[in-house]
Amino acid sequence: MTQYLKSREAILLGAILALLAMIATRFPAFVSPGNLLNVFNDTAPLIILALGQTVVILTRCIDLSVAANLALTGMVVAMLNAAAPGVPIAVILVLAVSLGAILGAINGVLVWKLSIPPIVVTLGTMTVFRGLIFVISGGEWVNAHEMSAAFTGFPRSVVLGLPMLSWIALGIAALFLLLVFRTPLGRAFYAVGGNPHAAVYTGIVVGRTQFWAFVLSGALAGLTGYLWVARYAVAYVDIAAGFELEVVAACVIGGISIAGGAGTLVGTILGALFLGIVKNALPVVDISPFWQLAISGSAIIVAVTFNVRQNRRRGRIILKRAEGHA
Amino acid sequence: MQISVRAPAAGAATAVPILSLDGITKTFPGVKALSDVALALYPGEVTALVGENGAGKSTIVKILTGIYQPDAGAITLAGKPVQFPTAQHATDAGITAIHQETVLFDDLSVAENIFIGHAPRTRWGLIDWPALRARATEILGRIDADLDPRMPLRELGIASKHLVAIARALSVDARVVIMDEPTAALSHKEIEELYQLVERLKAEGRAILFISHKFDEIFRIADRYTVFRDGQHVGSGRMSEIDEGELVRLMVGRSVDQIFPARAHQIGAECLKVVGYAHPTEFDDISFSLRKGEILGFYGLVGAGRSEVMQALFGVTRPSKGVVRIDGQIRAIRSPAEAIRAGIVYVPEDRGKQGAVIGLPIFQNITLPSLSQTSRRGFLRLAEEFRLAREYTERLDLRAAALDQDVGQLSGGNQQKVVIAKWLATRPRVIILDEPTKGVDIGSKAAVHAFMAELAAQGLSVIMVSSEIPEILGMSDRVIVMREGLIAAELEGAALTPESLVRHAAGIGGTA
Repeated sequence: MTQYLKSREAILLGAILALLAMIATRFPAFVSPGNLLNVFNDTAPLIILALGQTVVILTRCIDLSVAANLALTGMVVAMLNAAAPGVPIAVILVLAVSLGAILGAINGVLVWKLSIPPIVVTLGTMTVFRGLIFVISGGEWVNAHEMSAAFTGFPRSVVLGLPMLSWIALGIAALFLLLVFRTPLGRAFYAVGGNPHAAVYTGIVVGRTQFWAFVLSGALAGLTGYLWVARYAVAYVDIAAGFELEVVAACVIGGISIAGGAGTLVGTILGALFLGIVKNALPVVDISPFWQLAISGSAIIVAVTFNVRQNRRRGRIILKRAEGHA
Repeated sequence: MQISVRAPAAGAATAVPILSLDGITKTFPGVKALSDVALALYPGEVTALVGENGAGKSTIVKILTGIYQPDAGAITLAGKPVQFPTAQHATDAGITAIHQETVLFDDLSVAENIFIGHAPRTRWGLIDWPALRARATEILGRIDADLDPRMPLRELGIASKHLVAIARALSVDARVVIMDEPTAALSHKEIEELYQLVERLKAEGRAILFISHKFDEIFRIADRYTVFRDGQHVGSGRMSEIDEGELVRLMVGRSVDQIFPARAHQIGAECLKVVGYAHPTEFDDISFSLRKGEILGFYGLVGAGRSEVMQALFGVTRPSKGVVRIDGQIRAIRSPAEAIRAGIVYVPEDRGKQGAVIGLPIFQNITLPSLSQTSRRGFLRLAEEFRLAREYTERLDLRAAALDQDVGQLSGGNQQKVVIAKWLATRPRVIILDEPTKGVDIGSKAAVHAFMAELAAQGLSVIMVSSEIPEILGMSDRVIVMREGLIAAELEGAALTPESLVRHAAGIGGTA
C-alpha cells in the first residue's frame, strides 16, 4: 500500500538512520545488532503504550491517564503476586489487561456519555488512579524479594533470541495493524477524527468509537503495568510518573495529528523508536541526559511543523471551493 | 458597457444618496455573482434589497463591508469616490453591518462588545474602563435598551444581541447600517422593537439597507426597494409605488436560461409515508408521502425547517411525535445507521462539514457506510472495497488519479461525486438531497440534475431540498413548501408556479 511508504514515515526512518550513523561515529558498539535489540526491548513499553494512544488521538481525544493506569494495574498485580505467589502468569496477564481496560472504559464512558473533554477526563482519572495506588498500598513499596521468580522472570524470558517483552510489543503492533487497517472499528477511528460530522451521517456513533479507543489504550496500559513492574521488580506510587507525555510525544513525532484522523501506526512505532534511541544513546556517547529532553522537545516541534504544513496544503483546496460558491 | 439610468427614478430629484454603487461586477471562478448592478442608499431612509437566494445580495453586502473587492464599478460615499480594500476601511467610512447571526463575542461583556477595537483609552494607552462603561450606558440609553453593560453577552437572547450590535454601530457613528435578515430569529415582540429602533435610526439620518425575505416587513418599514435577480439589477423605486404582486414578479420573472432534463414520468407505488412528524422547537405537523421514482421538492426560506425535518427522518435528531412507514411498514429510525438499514440516505447540505472525510482515501470514503457489506467475519476486504468504489465512481464519471488518492485533493465537484457515490453504494430506496447544487458551478449543476433524473428513472425516490426556484420547478414532480416549521402548501401541476412558491414560502395573501 502506498500509504505505508508516504513521505512522512520515510523521512522519520531517514532521521533515525542518520541519528544511528552519528552515534556510530562516536560509539560504534551502539549500532551492533545485539545492542539495537536491547534498545528495542527497552523501548517496548513505550511502543505498546504509544499504539494505544495513537487510536485515541486518531479519534480527536487524548489519554493522559495511561501512565497512572499502568502504575495502578502494576501495583495491583504486584500485591496479588506478593500475597499469592502461586497465581499463574496467564491469570496475571488476563487480570492486568482486564483491569487496564476497565480503567480505560471509565475514561471512555465519561467522554462518550457525559461529553466531557477528553483532556479533562483523563487529567482527572490520572490523579484518581495515582491516589488509588496510595490507598491500596498505603504508600508501601512492593520489592523484588516479595515477588515470585516466575512473576519477574516472564518479561525477560528469552524466546527465539528475543525477550518476551519485545515479542509482546511486536505482537501488539501486528494486532493493531490488523485492527486499524482491516476492521470497521479501525476505519471508524479515522472517520471520527477526520470528520466527526460526516461520520455521524454514515451511521458511525462518534462517542462509541472514542469509547473503544479508550478501552484499547487502557488495556495496553494495564498490560504494560504488569510488564513494567515485573521488569524493574518493584512497584510503588510514582512508577512511570510523567511517562504519558513521552507516549504522546512518540505519537506526535510519528506524525499522528493532534487534530485527529491523520497518521499511521508505522509512524507511531518509528516515533517511539526515535525517542528510545535518543534516550539510550546519549549516556553512552557521554552527552548529559538533560540534552535528551532538549532533543526530544525539538523533535516534537519539527514533527508538528510537518503536520501544520500538511494541513495548510489541505486548507488551500477547501478555500478555493469556498470562494467558488460565495 | 451600457450606461443606464439605474439610480432610483422617482423622487430621486430631491434626495441625494449618501452611498451609491454603480456598475458593480463581481466574478468568481465559474460564476458571475454580480453583473453591472447599482444600489443607492439615502440618509434617513430604509432601502429594502430583495431577491431570491443566489441573486447576489450577500455578495453586495460583502463588497460594501470591504470583504470582497468588485472587479468593476464605482462606490461613491457622500459625493466622493471611495474604495474599501479591507473591512477596516469600510468601518472607518461609517458602514456597519448587523448580520443574521450576530458576529459578537459571547464571553465579553455588553460594553466590551460595543467598543471592541475602538475602546476609549487612558493617557497611558490602557483601556479606560469607567469611560467605556459610561459611554456604553449612554449609547444603550439612546436606543432604549435596558441592558446592563457589564453583563456577559452569552446571557442575552438574540434580540438583545441585535441591540448590542446596533449600539456598536452607533458607537462608531455609522452613516450606513446594513441589516442582513435581522428578524430571521426573532419573536414577534422582538421584531416590533426592532422596527422601532429602525425608525429611530432613520430619525437620526442614517441610511439603512434592509435585506429580508419577508414581504410584510419590507412593506412595513422600507421607503425604497431594489430588486436583484441572478446577479443583475432588475428594478428599484419607492415602496409607495409598487405592490406585492409586482415585487414578486420582479424577483422571479426570468428568462429560462437553465435547461432541465426531460423526464419520463413513471411514478410507482407509495414507498415512504410520514405522518404527524413533530419536534418540540423545530417543526410540527409534518405529513407527506413519497412514491417510487418520484422527485419531491421541499421549498422554503432558509430556516423554514426543511433540513431539520430531513435530519429527523435520517435519525440524526429525534422527533417527539410521528410515524414513518416504509412500504407500509412502520419503521422506528433512531440513528443514521438505522436509517441507512431502512434504505434512507441523506446527502447533507454542508458537504465540507458533513460529507467527505478529508484524510481518508476516495475508496474508503465511499465504503464508509457499507462496511458491513464489504467485510467478512469482522475483517474488511480491501479488494471488495475497491470493487464497490470503482463501480460507483465509474457510474458518476469521477475524475481522480487513483481510488486511493486522498479526497482532500479533489475539486469540490468531484468531492461531491464521492459523497453521492458513497450513498448510492448503500443501495438506498430513498435519497434525500439537501441543496444538491449549492456551491456548484453551472456546468456541474446540469450534470447533477441529469443524474438526479436518472436515479428517479431507475426507481429511486428522491427528496430534494432546494432554495432555488428554477431547480425546484425544473426537477420536482411535486413540491412541499415549508414556512416557519410547518407545511405551508403542497403544490403540483398547474398550481406549481414561481409566484405560488414565493407566496407560500413568504406567507403572502391568505396563507399567513
